[in-house]
Amino acid sequence: MTAQAPIIHGMGHAVKRKEDPRFIQGRGNYVDDVNLPGMLYLDIVRSPYAHARITSINVEKAKALPGVAAVITGKDLEPLGLAWIPTLMNDKQMVLPTEKVVYQYQEVVGVVAEDRYVAADAVPLVEVEYEPLPVVADPREALKQGATVVRPDKGSNLAYHWEAGDKGATESLFRDADVVAREEFYYPRLHVSYMETVGCVAHYDAISGKLTLWMTTQAPHAVRTVASLVTKIPENKIRIISPDIGGGFGGKVYVYPGYIVAAVASILTGKPVKWINDRSDDQPSTAFGRDCYMTAEVAAKKDGTMLALRVKTIGDHGAFFGDANPSKFPFGLFSICTGSYDFKSAFVEVDGAHTNKPPGGITYRCSFRVTEAVYAVERIVDVLAHKLGIDPAQLRIKNFIAPDKFPYKSALGWTYDSGNYLPALRKAMEKVGYEQLRKEQEEKRKRGELMGIGISSFTEIVGAGPAHTFDILGLKMFDSCEIRIHPTGKAIARFGTKAQGQGHETTFAQIIAEELGIPIDDITVEEGDTDTCPYGLGTYASRSTPTAGAAGAMASRKIREKARKIAAHLLEAREEDLVWEPGKFYVRGSPGKAKTIQEIAFAAYTNYPPDVEAGLEAVDYYNPPNMTYPFGSYICVVDIDKGTGEAKIRRFMAVDDCGNRINPLIVDGQIHGALAMGFGTAMLEEIKYDENGNVFGANFMDYLIPTAVETPKWETDQTVTPSPHHPLGAKGVGESATVGSPAAFVNAVVDALAHLGVTHIDMPLNPWKIRKILRDNGIQAE
Amino acid sequence: MIPPNFEYFAPNTLGDAVSLLERYGEDAKILAGGQSLIPLMKLRLASPRFIVDLNQIQGLEYVRESDSYLRIGALTRVTDLEASEMVRKKYPVIYDVAAHIADPLVRNMGTVGGNIAHGDPANDLPAVMLALNAEFIAISPTGERTIKAEEFFIDSFTTALKPSEVLTEARVAMPPARSGGAYLKLEKRVGDFAIAGVATQLTVDGRGVCERVGIGLTSAGPTPLKPKKAEESLRGKKPDDSAIKRTADLAADNANPRSDLRGPAEYKREMFRVLTIRALRNALSRVSGGS
Ligand SMILES: Cc1cc2nc3c(=O)[nH]c(=O)nc-3n(C[C@H](O)[C@H](O)[C@H](O)COP(=O)(O)OP(=O)(O)OC[C@H]3O[C@@H](n4cnc5c(N)ncnc54)[C@H](O)[C@@H]3O)c2cc1C
Repeated sequence: MTAQAPIIHGMGHAVKRKEDPRFIQGRGNYVDDVNLPGMLYLDIVRSPYAHARITSINVEKAKALPGVAAVITGKDLEPLGLAWIPTLMNDKQMVLPTEKVVYQYQEVVGVVAEDRYVAADAVPLVEVEYEPLPVVADPREALKQGATVVRPDKGSNLAYHWEAGDKGATESLFRDADVVAREEFYYPRLHVSYMETVGCVAHYDAISGKLTLWMTTQAPHAVRTVASLVTKIPENKIRIISPDIGGGFGGKVYVYPGYIVAAVASILTGKPVKWINDRSDDQPSTAFGRDCYMTAEVAAKKDGTMLALRVKTIGDHGAFFGDANPSKFPFGLFSICTGSYDFKSAFVEVDGAHTNKPPGGITYRCSFRVTEAVYAVERIVDVLAHKLGIDPAQLRIKNFIAPDKFPYKSALGWTYDSGNYLPALRKAMEKVGYEQLRKEQEEKRKRGELMGIGISSFTEIVGAGPAHTFDILGLKMFDSCEIRIHPTGKAIARFGTKAQGQGHETTFAQIIAEELGIPIDDITVEEGDTDTCPYGLGTYASRSTPTAGAAGAMASRKIREKARKIAAHLLEAREEDLVWEPGKFYVRGSPGKAKTIQEIAFAAYTNYPPDVEAGLEAVDYYNPPNMTYPFGSYICVVDIDKGTGEAKIRRFMAVDDCGNRINPLIVDGQIHGALAMGFGTAMLEEIKYDENGNVFGANFMDYLIPTAVETPKWETDQTVTPSPHHPLGAKGVGESATVGSPAAFVNAVVDALAHLGVTHIDMPLNPWKIRKILRDNGIQAE
Repeated sequence: MIPPNFEYFAPNTLGDAVSLLERYGEDAKILAGGQSLIPLMKLRLASPRFIVDLNQIQGLEYVRESDSYLRIGALTRVTDLEASEMVRKKYPVIYDVAAHIADPLVRNMGTVGGNIAHGDPANDLPAVMLALNAEFIAISPTGERTIKAEEFFIDSFTTALKPSEVLTEARVAMPPARSGGAYLKLEKRVGDFAIAGVATQLTVDGRGVCERVGIGLTSAGPTPLKPKKAEESLRGKKPDDSAIKRTADLAADNANPRSDLRGPAEYKREMFRVLTIRALRNALSRVSGGS
């Protein structure tokens, strides 16, 4: 035994991330770092039109360019059954078109060449003739009678109609209510703008018949199964490897045409083929987030008691219904929109529309549409507060679900595992000095100065999910962990998830350290290789800690049970007389008689009891009994420059409750990052289309994501309400701040202008939108 | 993001540079900091067949005062303006603009000559050059000539330079005593081009009357703009509140911005007024010593 007990770093330790040294030093291993001998490069010809019939494709000039190895069109994919492939939502999507294109920047032809430069030179040599067709780019127009039909195979632009809740009960509450607040919100189309664009290296080995795909995917196992079903390549002959991934945010759950074309190109040429999207190809063609029109209404009593909520939404899903949702939820978990409030009844309905825009619709960025849901409720609550003349904080406090009501059954059918909303809001109010700020606001208004205070008290729903409700293409949304302890007491743990920046190599090691007492430095965490990792559904929608993290704890506990048997054998004691403390078993009453986990591990291979198998390993497939429901309260303070209309964030206080924190440093980092994303959403970002379906915001000159300069200084704090069903009492946290914060920014700006009768401004809160309101109110600019 | 093929030259002397330019004419492009040209080539919006890189030529990177001019060599990096103590103290309008062009990465590479010669109405330096009544020196196979800033900007991405001419220096008359200047840029986000930008340069006499008034506007139309009526309206007047506002009104009237992702034209026009007011006030607050 070592003289000093090793530092274990289990739950609650703010250790630095194990993965950071390689990222900080530029030694990550991303898809584009994979280089194989003889590798070819794929580049893609894209459509300049949003909707057009293809009258001819001439590839001869491109083929004649020295260095071009293959040119692949939809006609080449058709006989392979790959011109169209299924989406995750029972629709189908084009890989390469044979008849028409349905959005601008759609993939049309693949060009494969010896190097990237030749491939890029060959792209303009492909001659495609188009006959433009009428375009529909607005989902509200798409659903009208007589609109251009994007998908003749489906007959109309209605992708689905979905509803939840009790319509009748909700309507009667609205009928009898003292007041109804109603507002229309547009949640703009966003792109997640990960640092690394999507790409892959496809390598088909003709001798073994095995296809290996290094790809930017958040869900490698699901991709393998789908790929096998679609291509008929046996599943044991497909290996998906997700190396380091530079951000995903849901955008890397999808199967993009480039992956398929690269794989086909590798099969055809017999060589490895690399495809890496350019930024200016990636931004306008890969999956987007949001893009929905919501009408929210709340019915309330005069005293502010909220009775019922009604939301009607039109969601734009682009040309193919390709969201990455759990199957039963076409608009994700939008029905969490009753939020933190005790509504008697609620009703939501969504019409999903097809348009001449790229598909996707649920790059979570985050969450399964929880972002939209939280925005709707947190905005409409503020609208009601202003309408009633009640302080927005007080209105929230009055309507919060009381702590003794948990587990709480929401009006739309969810069972919230735990929550205690008031302390989080109180803490945020105290820390920001809420009462003082309200006084300051009053005084400033008298002087004609504009400041606003915005609150968002959100409730999240993460950790999909329980097998009875959640599946993707029938695959239940469990997740997994396999742990092997080596003879020297070191361990390797593999998971079915795949981090893209979340820090699993550290957090998951800490979970195992907590459960087994093995120091985190002695635990190697691996994810993302389907040949070695246990099956899982991947990382998105803040599900990894609730599912795979829990599996890590459960697998550790299985190992501990076996370790107990071995320890009993070594200590010549009865199993029930052994006591566990992190890192060792000792005999009750004689702490000196102990065996460390390292000693036990060695014995598992050298001196194990006769009735026990050798080795010390376990696998766990964890089916969570419920979702987890993180929450928090955010307060934003904003000052407005009357002359320019700029909204300047003075303070932003974020109190988050994600249950027990495994690594507080990582949790804080996740919150900081997600707040910055929420800030970008609220203030800057938007992908726009004109009526011809031309996209604006297709690159980082036009689509502005925030930098460190304008990003506010975040103030963070916490309350802790553990999840009662998670083995470690943890909830997910990755998305809380993206979900919770946009409403706080908008509420703050609207609050600053509320005395002018302003009830809503759509994001992004561009200075000209604010300045126009001021101008219309006769406020001079200088 | 891969440019088409091109042939690359890196001459060591200005003489070699201009003769290469003369030989290849319209098919050649000068490469300075590359911060505008290279993105255009990568997006295949520009596809010059010959690149003449100026970076090997000595003696084009300087910021100095001589013969009653501030002289800035064409290859001077924007970051060097920002770092110059002399610029910060005596030419605050240049200091302001240097600190607001793009971001530090771009400023480390981008040159003063490139920023001006690119002819982009959204670039910030040209407006400052117009406010300062700068002159540009250009060299060609037939010799050197001087071009006034206000005659330099012909149209979007079109300047008075001929294909075989190299801009070598921007020069600004040293300001008299009691001068001050400012540049204000309204941007959606740091590193972005201006929604609107306004440069002002003032000299006031002992009685507080404006002797010299220079104004330049960024992103105000197809070229960087010198709103002459606005300048004239303040010249010979005391810069009180109403004079400043009238000047700002005229500057805004003169501007001809377009609606785009950086805002509607109506808003931008209003911002030229706001920024002119603020930049004039700023310039006044800085009026001091000079030389
Ligand atoms: C992300 C980004 C943001 C930016 N934001 C801003 C901004 O906010 N404000 C701003 O002002 N600029 C901005 N720029 C542009 C930047 O300032 C450029 O550096 C500048 O426009 C060009 O300078 P350069 O030295 O890089 O020229 P280059 O790109 O090398 O050349 C530009 C053009 O000028 C010509 N040229 C260059 N030097 C000479 C010369 N000596 N004689 C004759 N012709 C010459 C070239 O042939 C070419 O046509 C931005 C650039 C980027 C990439």
